[in-house]
Amino acid sequence: MNVKKAKNPAEKAMSLIFFICGMLSVAFVLFITLFLVVSGVPAIGTIGIFKFLFGTVWASTAADPKFGILPFILTSVYGTFGAVLLAVPVGLLCAIYLSKFAGSRLAELIRSAVELLAGIPSVVYGLVGMILIVPAVRTIFHLPDGANLFSAIIVLSVMVLPNVISVSETSLLAVPREYEEASLALGATYTETVFKVSVPAAKSGIASAVVLGVGRAIGEAMAVMMVSGNVANMPGLFKSVRFLTTAVASEMSYSSGLQRQALFSIALVLFIFIMIITLLLNFVFKKEKNK
Amino acid sequence: MKKSVLAVLFAGMLGATMMAGCGSSSSTTESSNSASDTAASATEAAASTEAASSEEASSADTASSTADSASSASADATASSDLSGTVSTDGSTSMEKVIGYLSEAFQEKYPNVKVTYNPTGSSSGITAAKEGSADLGLASRDLKDDEKDGLVQTTIAIDGIAMIVNPQNSVADLSIDQIAQIYKGEITNWKDVGGSDGEIVCIGREAGSGTRDGFETITDTKDACKLSQELTSTGDVIQTVANNPNAIGYASLAAINDTVKALTVEGVAPSEETVLDGTYKIQRNFNVITKEGAELSPQAQAFFDYMQSKDADELIKKAGAVPVAK
Repeated sequence: MNVKKAKNPAEKAMSLIFFICGMLSVAFVLFITLFLVVSGVPAIGTIGIFKFLFGTVWASTAADPKFGILPFILTSVYGTFGAVLLAVPVGLLCAIYLSKFAGSRLAELIRSAVELLAGIPSVVYGLVGMILIVPAVRTIFHLPDGANLFSAIIVLSVMVLPNVISVSETSLLAVPREYEEASLALGATYTETVFKVSVPAAKSGIASAVVLGVGRAIGEAMAVMMVSGNVANMPGLFKSVRFLTTAVASEMSYSSGLQRQALFSIALVLFIFIMIITLLLNFVFKKEKNK
Repeated sequence: MKKSVLAVLFAGMLGATMMAGCGSSSSTTESSNSASDTAASATEAAASTEAASSEEASSADTASSTADSASSASADATASSDLSGTVSTDGSTSMEKVIGYLSEAFQEKYPNVKVTYNPTGSSSGITAAKEGSADLGLASRDLKDDEKDGLVQTTIAIDGIAMIVNPQNSVADLSIDQIAQIYKGEITNWKDVGGSDGEIVCIGREAGSGTRDGFETITDTKDACKLSQELTSTGDVIQTVANNPNAIGYASLAAINDTVKALTVEGVAPSEETVLDGTYKIQRNFNVITKEGAELSPQAQAFFDYMQSKDADELIKKAGAVPVAK
C-alpha cells in the first residue's frame, strides 16, 4: 500500500472508494453475524440451551410448544455425511479420469457438463427429485412414501458432485509431472502411478474438495425441502425428515413470537456449523501453502 | 487511521439501518404513485373485475375513471382523491391472501389510502378490533359466545378445504371422523375405509399454515396429526398426492385440478355451491370483526364496503376462497 501511496486528491478519493468497497463484505459478514447472535440468542435463553440443542421434539405451534432441534441437527449431519460419502468416490474418480486419462476433447466436453451441473439452480434439482427420485425410491424399496432422508441424500450428492470434481481436478493437474515420470521410470504402471503418486500428492486439494462439498450440502435448503418430507422426526434412512435449513425456511413465513425467535436460533446454529466448515477449509488451504 | 475510522462509522450506519428494518413483522402493501404505473395497474384491476370491465375497457387509462367505479360500488360516495390515510387490519394468517388481493386492488382505486395487514392470528385480531388497535379485525373462525359482546362479525368469504387422493384410489367418500382417524394414525390402511390394500400416506402443511389450521380445527386433530410429509404450498401437496397412489392430502378448494381426485365428505362433493349452502362440512368463514355501533374512519369504511362489494368476488376467488352470496 505504501509503495503506491497517492499524492493527488483524485487518486486519494479513488483509493478511499476501493477501501470502502473492500470493507463492505467485511461489514456484511460482521453484521449478519451480529444480527444472528442478537436475534438467535434470546430464544435459546428462554428455551434453555440444553433443551434446545438436545430436545428431540419440535412442535412449535402446539398448545404446549416444544423447541428441540436435535432431529434437525442429526438430519443435517447424516444427510451431509451420506451425500459426501456417495459423491466423493464418484467425484474423485471422475477428476482422475479428467486430469489423467481422458483425451483433451472428451475432457473438455465432460468439464463443460460438470460446470453446467454446478450452475443448475437448486430448485430444479428439487423438482427433478420430487418428480423422479421420490416415486422411484418409493417403488424400488416398496415404501408407502418416497420422500425421506435417502432421497435427499441422492439429490444432495448430485449437487455436491461438481464441487468435488472441479476442486480435486485442479489439485490433480497441479501435481508436478516429474513425480509421475519418476514413478513410471521406476516401473510402476500408469494406474499405480495415479493412485500411489498423483492422488497422495494432491491430497490436501482433495481434502478441501470434500470440505467444500460438506459446506454446500449442509447449506442447501430448497432442493432438500422438496424431497425430504419435512416432518420433524428423528432421522432414519427411510423416514420423513427435516434439515436445519428447511426448518427455518418452511416455518418462517407464518411464524410469530417465540417460534420466530427459535427459527433465528436454528439459523444461528446452522451459521456456526458453516463457520466451522469454513475455518476447516482455511486450515486445509494453509497447510497446503506451508508445505 | 482516518480511513479506518470512516469505515467503522460507515459500517455502523449500515448495521443500524439493517437492525431497524428487521424488527417489525407487519406487512404493508403500498401502491405506486407513479402515473404510468397507476394507469397500468388500473387497467389490470378493471380486467379482473367482471363488473367493471365492460364500462371501463376504453377509459381505464386515467385514475379518475377507476375511482368512478369504485365509488359506485362503495356505499360511501367519497371520491378517490378525498380519501387518504391508513386502514389497519390485524388477525388471521389464513386470510393473508384474500386481504392481500383485496387491499392491492383497493389501493389502486384509492392511491392515497394505505392498507396494512398484521398477521397475528384470529384471536389477536378479535382482541385488536375490540381494543381499537386495528380498524378491522380478521378472524378465520366465528366469534365465540363470550367474544360476541360489543363485536360484530361480517363474513366476507368462505374457505372450502378439499380432501384429495390419487386418481387411482378407489375410495370416494370419507366421513369427518374417518379423516380424523386417518390423520391421527388410528386408521393406517386404505382397506379399512373401503379401498384396496395399501398404507395410507398423510400429506399435510407446515406449522402456521392457515389451511392446516383450518383442517385441524374442523377435524379436531390439532397437534395430533401423524404426517409423513409436511409441505409448504398447496401446489406441492397436489403434486405429491398426484404422484403417490396411497397419499391423502388437503388443499384449498380453488386450487384443485384433475391430477388429483377430490373426495366427497359425508356424501357431499366439494364445490362452490355445497360450500355456500353449508352442506360440505370442511369449511370455515373468513370474518371481518368490527365494533358494534362504533363508527369507522371513512377510509376503513370504504375498504369494509369494498370487501363486501361485487367487485371483490373475483378477487376472493383468485385468492382461493368462495365469495358469499350477495
